[in-house]
Amino acid sequence: MSTGLFVVQVLNGLQFGVLLFLIAAGLTLVFGVMDFINLAHGVQYMLGAYLAVAFYALTGNFLIALVLALAAALVFGLLLEFLVFRHLYDRDHLEQVIATFGIIIFLNQAVKTVWGAAPLTLPIPEIFTGSIVLMPGLLYPVWRLVIIASGLAVGLLLYVLVSHTRVGMLVRAGATNARIVSALGVDIRRLFMIVFGFGTMLAAFAGAMIAPILSVEPGMGDTVLILAFVVIVIGGIGSMRGAFLAALLIGLVDTLGRSFATDILRLVMPPSPARTVGPAIASMLIYVLMALVLYFRPAGLFPVRGR
Amino acid sequence: MAQTLAAPNALHVRRANRVGVLPAMIFLVLALAPAGAAFGPESYVLGLFTRVMVFAIAAMALDFICGYGGLVSFGHAAFVGIGAYAVGILGAHGITDMLVSLPAALLLSAIFAYMTGTVCLRTKSVYFIMITLAFGQMAYFIAGSLAPYGGDDGLTVRMRSTLLGFPFLQNDRTFYYFVLLSLFVSYLVLRAIVYSRFGRVFRGARENPTRMATLGFDVFRFQRVGYVIAGAVGGLSGFLLANAAEFVSPAYMSWQRSGELIIMVLFGGIGSLHGAIIGAAAYLLIEELLGGITEQWKLIFGPLLVLVVLFARGGLLGLADTIRGRFGRG
Amino acid sequence: MGTSKLLTTVAAIALFGAAGHAQAQEKLKVGVIATLSGPPAVLGQQLRNGFQLAVKNLGGKLGGREVELVVEDDELKPDVAVNKAKGLVDRTKADFVVGPIFSNILIAIMKPVTDAGTILISPNAGTSNFAGKECNPNFFVTSYQNDQNHEVMGKYAQDAGMKKVFLMAPNYQAGKDSIAGFKRYFKGDIADEVYVPLGQLDYSAELTKIAAASPDAIFVFLPGGMGVNFVKQFRQAGLADKVKFLSAFTVDESTLPAQKEAALGFYGGANWAPNLDNPQNKKFVADYEKEYNAVPATYAFQAYDAALLIDGALKLTKGNTSDKDALRAALMKANFTSLRGGFKFNTNHYPIQNFYQVKVAQRADGKFETQIDKKVFDGYSDPYAKDCPMK
Repeated sequence: MSTGLFVVQVLNGLQFGVLLFLIAAGLTLVFGVMDFINLAHGVQYMLGAYLAVAFYALTGNFLIALVLALAAALVFGLLLEFLVFRHLYDRDHLEQVIATFGIIIFLNQAVKTVWGAAPLTLPIPEIFTGSIVLMPGLLYPVWRLVIIASGLAVGLLLYVLVSHTRVGMLVRAGATNARIVSALGVDIRRLFMIVFGFGTMLAAFAGAMIAPILSVEPGMGDTVLILAFVVIVIGGIGSMRGAFLAALLIGLVDTLGRSFATDILRLVMPPSPARTVGPAIASMLIYVLMALVLYFRPAGLFPVRGR
Repeated sequence: MAQTLAAPNALHVRRANRVGVLPAMIFLVLALAPAGAAFGPESYVLGLFTRVMVFAIAAMALDFICGYGGLVSFGHAAFVGIGAYAVGILGAHGITDMLVSLPAALLLSAIFAYMTGTVCLRTKSVYFIMITLAFGQMAYFIAGSLAPYGGDDGLTVRMRSTLLGFPFLQNDRTFYYFVLLSLFVSYLVLRAIVYSRFGRVFRGARENPTRMATLGFDVFRFQRVGYVIAGAVGGLSGFLLANAAEFVSPAYMSWQRSGELIIMVLFGGIGSLHGAIIGAAAYLLIEELLGGITEQWKLIFGPLLVLVVLFARGGLLGLADTIRGRFGRG
Repeated sequence: MGTSKLLTTVAAIALFGAAGHAQAQEKLKVGVIATLSGPPAVLGQQLRNGFQLAVKNLGGKLGGREVELVVEDDELKPDVAVNKAKGLVDRTKADFVVGPIFSNILIAIMKPVTDAGTILISPNAGTSNFAGKECNPNFFVTSYQNDQNHEVMGKYAQDAGMKKVFLMAPNYQAGKDSIAGFKRYFKGDIADEVYVPLGQLDYSAELTKIAAASPDAIFVFLPGGMGVNFVKQFRQAGLADKVKFLSAFTVDESTLPAQKEAALGFYGGANWAPNLDNPQNKKFVADYEKEYNAVPATYAFQAYDAALLIDGALKLTKGNTSDKDALRAALMKANFTSLRGGFKFNTNHYPIQNFYQVKVAQRADGKFETQIDKKVFDGYSDPYAKDCPMK
């Protein structure tokens, strides 16, 4: 195990972290700002990927497909908000969990009915199909760099929006005390609708961007959903900064865990059990991390509000 | 709780004031079911209703901490799985006597509940939901990595639990009544706890933990005890599930299963033990019936869940109340 | 309200019962159980489609008896599968149960189906325990024993003189079996043996390890979405030109529509490929594509064979399913022309068949499929048959 290999694995971990942030960004917004447990975030991510595939099949151009997918996802998100979610803001978390669980069940099946159960794919757009040499014998696709860039861009965008614009200020205020904001003449309902629509678009954006490197299949949002929630909970609900740092942390822990757990275990046990215990521990690592963080900081690393 | 726009405590909890008319009816129906089943595909119907009762026990335990205690656990299926694995692992070593495996199931689940509860109960609301989910997932991955016990493939339970050497549970009918008895006993026990002094503090902690603390109660301790009780009852459910399916699998502990248990509790009406039984029955029977109609049944089931949440507050029992109220009876 | 609830419940139970009796007894009842929900649904669909196509081609009859098909979804949940299996045996009174896809479901339903005397035919899962010590007279397999496809690649790598191979599989029983199967024949250097968590999405860490190890080839068993992800990322990392790609169940017709060019030239081990050259297979592939607009994979053809197996056996027993001993003997004879050519049952009711090294190619019409490159095993039996007490 050389330093070079270690460095590359750290880079892989950071890249995975940014990927996680891109996925979790929309959820942070909705959850953090509106205190709404949106389990449907995973299927919104999935829907973004499927819409991108569908529009690409129609237009043959990735950028157009992306824009159309975002538009369609926004419409869908607003529809969902209008029909279901706006009735749930003042309900208990339990009911939010179940209602959004119902949406997961419905969409996973709907996607299968419309597009079939077989995995689908989206090709990387032409201009980005190159790669850079990461280390001898290993190429790093430029598209992954694009994903990292978009993840960072989204982070920056959200930071600017939430902290430095009037809308962001209203959103933050509304999250803290909706009644007063409403009394001040601001239409809280419309505000939340905008936030929710934007959150859906972010989820769909992540799905569409990641589709060229991952399989697009029914249920693809479920694993991603849990990861996103872990990111947000560790980071502290409502904190964009917390989500970003938590995503990087989880990306590193998960990747380095998978890369080196077996090797570390081989120091203390024979290779055969080490090979299977290693990955088992690696899968559990992020949950152990979450448990540890919550034990010492029951409200996450950077809690925004005292609740 | 999400309270930005409405009065506090928006959760519709049934006050369990009626003693036993509906619960008695439920148990009566369950007791008579095998007689009706004998006229048809007995093994199948008995199997189905046994499954309903097994999950009803787990749902009741969840309702106890969730409805009465206000602790929404997204990792409840782990207790069921631990109870099941107690049976499976002991069975793999030739130990089938329930005098060993049943206490083992209860004890192991209780220990797991105690240890995880110590960590989880320090958190609130959505953090609690997530951390219970985390521990549930950990249990799931650990079970999946137990290679000598089938790992991810699962483990066959060669024969159902015996009592002092007698394989009296092998007969499906006897097993059915055994499960029914377990359900009845769990129901009575949980009910007694809910109305006891402990139960009043436990419920009070959901309404207003600060008030409870001011009154001198160690809220954390009370909640942990409640959590352990729920865990142990979940373990009982697992013990029965392993015997019912004669198979043990990590799949019993996934977060999706925990989600299903939450749905069962909601279907029946949160905050009612017999409601949990109805909820479990409703969920499993709907799943079975809809699945028989079309392969795309989830297209109907998903929106159904949403509708139940939106309009049937208080679940089936709440609906029953509304209907009863509408027609001016009782 | 209490009384009416009681009455409705009793009525429901009675209806359940009545439904069971209302079926005519002359029809042949076949239950198909497969995973039809979640990401692996595409495999269950292929299984179901393959079986239904066979029945359709035989005029809706098997062995001269009209077929009533009941399809159940096991949802990849063993306890649900147990319940559905009991339903097929008890409520539908199925004469045959065909399925499942996944090994853990097979282990769960073996007891409820075979204890009732019903014949269970697996067109996919073929675990080692049922091939060896726990073999069952009521259990027949038209696919393979799970280890065999991996052994094919092991032998291929050994014969091709590969020196260093990197192994990767998911961290569950089938994954471990696959690596064990490969190592049974490959005696060269193992660069590394990596087990990844089930459902892993991003393989950057593993690809880095592979590049660092510079092996001659990699052998992977990554079913479903995992395979799609890995193949795409492997190609994108530029490793496809340097490292030979050997696999089993990773690049097949269920995943190729998503993998497309990324999988071109990759190798797999299989007992069949759509281009297997015999008239019955050519017709099958053409029929399947016309009916379902997709290239069939092994799941479909093995299910098709299962139907042919039933048909052939019933022809021997003249449609009689009540004499179980005669039925089992008839099934053992494998009285049908398999799509794969030669087919015989071993003493443990698992097939003796040929295995091939296949390669991914693109057809003239743009679709992707695996094509046979080389025969690796001729009339090959699984290594567990000797442990089976049935003779």
